[in-house]
Amino acid sequence: MCKPGAPSGAPGIFAGTRPASPSLTRSGMPDPMERWNDGMTDISAYQGEPEAEFGDYVALLKPRVMSLVVFTALVGLLVAPVPVHPVIAFVSVLFIAVGGGASGALNMWWDADIDAVMKRTARRPIPSGRVRPDEALAVGLALSGFAVVMLGLAGGMLAGALLAFTIFFYAVVYTMWLKRSTPQNIVIGGAAGAFPPMIGWAVATGGISTESVLMFALIFFWTPPHFWALALFMKSDYRDAGVPMLTVTHGRRVTRAHILAYTVLLAPLAIWLGLTQIGGPLYLSVAVVMNLWFLRGAYMIWRREEAAAEADGYAAEKAFFKFSLLYLFLHFGALLGDAALRAAEVI
Amino acid sequence: MAIRAEHEIHTRRFSRNLGLGLVLVAFVGVVFALTVVKVQQLGAVQGFDHVLRPEMIQVESAK
Repeated sequence: MCKPGAPSGAPGIFAGTRPASPSLTRSGMPDPMERWNDGMTDISAYQGEPEAEFGDYVALLKPRVMSLVVFTALVGLLVAPVPVHPVIAFVSVLFIAVGGGASGALNMWWDADIDAVMKRTARRPIPSGRVRPDEALAVGLALSGFAVVMLGLAGGMLAGALLAFTIFFYAVVYTMWLKRSTPQNIVIGGAAGAFPPMIGWAVATGGISTESVLMFALIFFWTPPHFWALALFMKSDYRDAGVPMLTVTHGRRVTRAHILAYTVLLAPLAIWLGLTQIGGPLYLSVAVVMNLWFLRGAYMIWRREEAAAEADGYAAEKAFFKFSLLYLFLHFGALLGDAALRAAEVI
Repeated sequence: MAIRAEHEIHTRRFSRNLGLGLVLVAFVGVVFALTVVKVQQLGAVQGFDHVLRPEMIQVESAK
């Protein structure tokens, strides 16, 4: 734990706790510890690398992203027409979340150089020096293995395989390959975030169906408008990091058009999901209202000129971004609500 | 005399050790609970254990 070059045998952390002046021990012999104190004038004697505490490893797993993964996976599992034993449901969602977290750790390991540049991410465990990159890699790989094997045992081989593919897709295809090479990176990355409800559905039914593909599509087409709205008002960060964000490579006019285009594609898919067996009156009414509102927001963003946006501090873009969070939460919440109504035999 | 110096680094190490300990205990609990449920879902299980059990011998359907 001592810095290289420090005398071995006496951890530096103890040096500062000793009194500064006496150099002889009670027996009159020179104090062997004294020489470690040479040159030390204060109590900040610990010179080793900063050590992580448990919370730093938890931060590696991106807990906020994990909460979205837990929520959508749980909905995918609960709305499926096949009942799942509560213990199996709990263990499955737990390891879907751990798998998602593991891919987050792998992402932080690979992207530590970009994270250090961007204001939003500079305080993450690796760029701030609390966790070493090789530790993050080890945590990511080990937890990926645990999560895939445990999900395979608890929720079936298809669910385990889908989780393995999700981790591979997010860590390798998105993080290592496409994030730094194409401005469509957000679209590709969205696919990784869209898998959890499909995995939850696979735990319950053991298969893939129209409903689970539509839940995938809902998150997949929601992601680009959500993140590009963020990119419109967080412009400088991505530029500094050299990540080819659409706002940087093709300009903000094109980004506004893309937000509208993906929102237009999203709306019919969201409605379609309501017409399947997992939809119901609650979901359909939520979907109609939310999509009309979302389309209106995207249309306003598309119509705005950059000068107008800058003048009001990107108010419309920020409102759209906040609304997009509510959009996804209410869609999946309504699916859950309709499932509860069906279980109570109200509908 | 015991060294009593309590440095901030010790707190951090303790938090790591405690956290990992709790995670491992929780993992044991999860695997145990999962095993119980999975075995219960198998239904009645019996095998030959040195005693002939006529009900387990499959009867060939009459031709």
